[in-house]
Amino acid sequence: MSSLQVREGAGNLAAVSDRITTADVIHVAKLARLALTDEEITRMTAQLGDMLDHFADIDELDLEGVEPMTQPYPLSNVLRDDVVEPCLDRDEVLAAAPDVVDGRFRVPPIIGLAE
Amino acid sequence: MTAIEIAAAVRAGTRTAVDVVEEHLAAIAAREDELHAFNLVLADEARAAAAAIDERVRAGDDPGPLAGVPVALKDNLCTRGIPTTCSSRILEGWRPPYDATVVERLRAAGAVIIGKTNLDEFAMGSSTENSAFGPTRNPHDPSRVPGGSSGGSAAAVAAGFAPVALGSDTGGSIRQPAALCGVVGVKPTYGVVSRYGLVAFASSLDQIGPFTTTVADAALVTEVIGGHDRHDSTSIPLPPPAITPTLHDGVDGLRVGRITDLPSGADPDVLARLDAAFDALADAGAKIVDVEVPAFTYGLTAYYLIAPAEASSNLARYDGVRYGLRVDAPDTNAMYMATRAAGFGDEVKRRIMLGTYALSAGYYEAYYGKALKVRRRIADDFARAYEHADVLLTPTSPTVAFPLGAKTDNPFAMYLCDTYTIPTNLAGGPGMSVPFGTGADGLPVGVQVLAPTLGEPTMFRVAQALEDAATKEQAG
Repeated sequence: MSSLQVREGAGNLAAVSDRITTADVIHVAKLARLALTDEEITRMTAQLGDMLDHFADIDELDLEGVEPMTQPYPLSNVLRDDVVEPCLDRDEVLAAAPDVVDGRFRVPPIIGLAE
Repeated sequence: MTAIEIAAAVRAGTRTAVDVVEEHLAAIAAREDELHAFNLVLADEARAAAAAIDERVRAGDDPGPLAGVPVALKDNLCTRGIPTTCSSRILEGWRPPYDATVVERLRAAGAVIIGKTNLDEFAMGSSTENSAFGPTRNPHDPSRVPGGSSGGSAAAVAAGFAPVALGSDTGGSIRQPAALCGVVGVKPTYGVVSRYGLVAFASSLDQIGPFTTTVADAALVTEVIGGHDRHDSTSIPLPPPAITPTLHDGVDGLRVGRITDLPSGADPDVLARLDAAFDALADAGAKIVDVEVPAFTYGLTAYYLIAPAEASSNLARYDGVRYGLRVDAPDTNAMYMATRAAGFGDEVKRRIMLGTYALSAGYYEAYYGKALKVRRRIADDFARAYEHADVLLTPTSPTVAFPLGAKTDNPFAMYLCDTYTIPTNLAGGPGMSVPFGTGADGLPVGVQVLAPTLGEPTMFRVAQALEDAATKEQAG
């Protein structure tokens, strides 16, 4: 199949792939810290399943012994001299934060509330 | 006027930078409401910067190679004290505490920043319809998209709002909109232009580059923004590329690769222009050679696993703590979930989900791990092809500009827009789109020139030859 063709039924919510379930989507949304609505979960399950079906085209490749590639132009141990330099202005940085107290970022309680 | 012409006139004192800025602000006033290329027009700041340039010229200073040239910046490039939104609700109103390296280098070269341009939210999309602030329209036909994700920058240059704009290209986000808007768009070699201050989408793929109306302007801007930057640990430790000196050397004897196993699906009008481009280069003395590059077949899958995986990690920083939107909730985790649900649009959520899934326990090897191996194969494919060819020529986009709404219901159909542009992002080499006549409905068609890593000088020579041929063809 040419990779420029859209599979029949793509984008159609009725054509649900068996590659990913609603339970998977709910789990992944939790990992990603995204509160999804029921409608979003249904739609996302269909759309992600459709994509994973398309992405199966690489299954036919023999990748035995192929070294994974993480960056196009490998540079390693990129370091600078350990000297003190000017850094971002603290007040300017904190001015952009939603909530600040005593020169620090303030967040709601992290522990102690019911799960 | 081109950027080179403007800079020459301003440096010579025959035209003021203020006059140049006023002319472009007038063009913006005439059509911006219709096109929505900008998230923010910096009229007062541009006037002040231009006046300062004129003052320097009067004092006998040389403001630099881009003296008085108005430049539009994609709104994912950080500008100190000036809102930088990524066209996302989650960053609305955020004012960065520093300038991107490219912004510093543009100013140091005398350029005048004229505004921040619209984009698909966090640069995720191919039509600029995924902007939280509404779509940008194509200046050639406002019922059609400008392409994306740097659609605002492409439209700004095509509409004459600025002679130069910067965009970012992760899988084609400079080259595809350049093609659809009929302007030149360049993705330099990964590592040639510093990413410091570019809001990260997929860090191993993102690269900043210019939109211009001419190949020579694109060469100049690439030279100005390129070169090593200690603030980016992936920046290649080399001086800026020297492209202009050999720009007009011609293509006599160069080997131009025609990809025999290119995925089918490009429209006939686009393929006809590609054939015409091969003919034009052959007439100019280039040798056309057939090469196989299977990378084009598997690039899309590798990209749509790797880019979302990196994005899901990069976008974890939008948590309502340090900047941007916060939706209040009784505890921190609930605050994260509510903030991100309210702040991100559909496409961004989809990619975060896809990336998180591809990286999650039990699926990592099957998806992300496998995609990294495919990426290696793709780089090897290109390396083999470049043993036989100095550059490769492909369509930039499979189609001319499509109507708004045509692909919004089918994410995968939108992803296919990037089939020809994605592979070189994975391998790392440079690519550029050059306008080469028109296709269906008289809309612009772009031809893509690809070259091996650090092959910018050769790539630009070929692009210049194509521009010369297109100019000659148009003159009849």
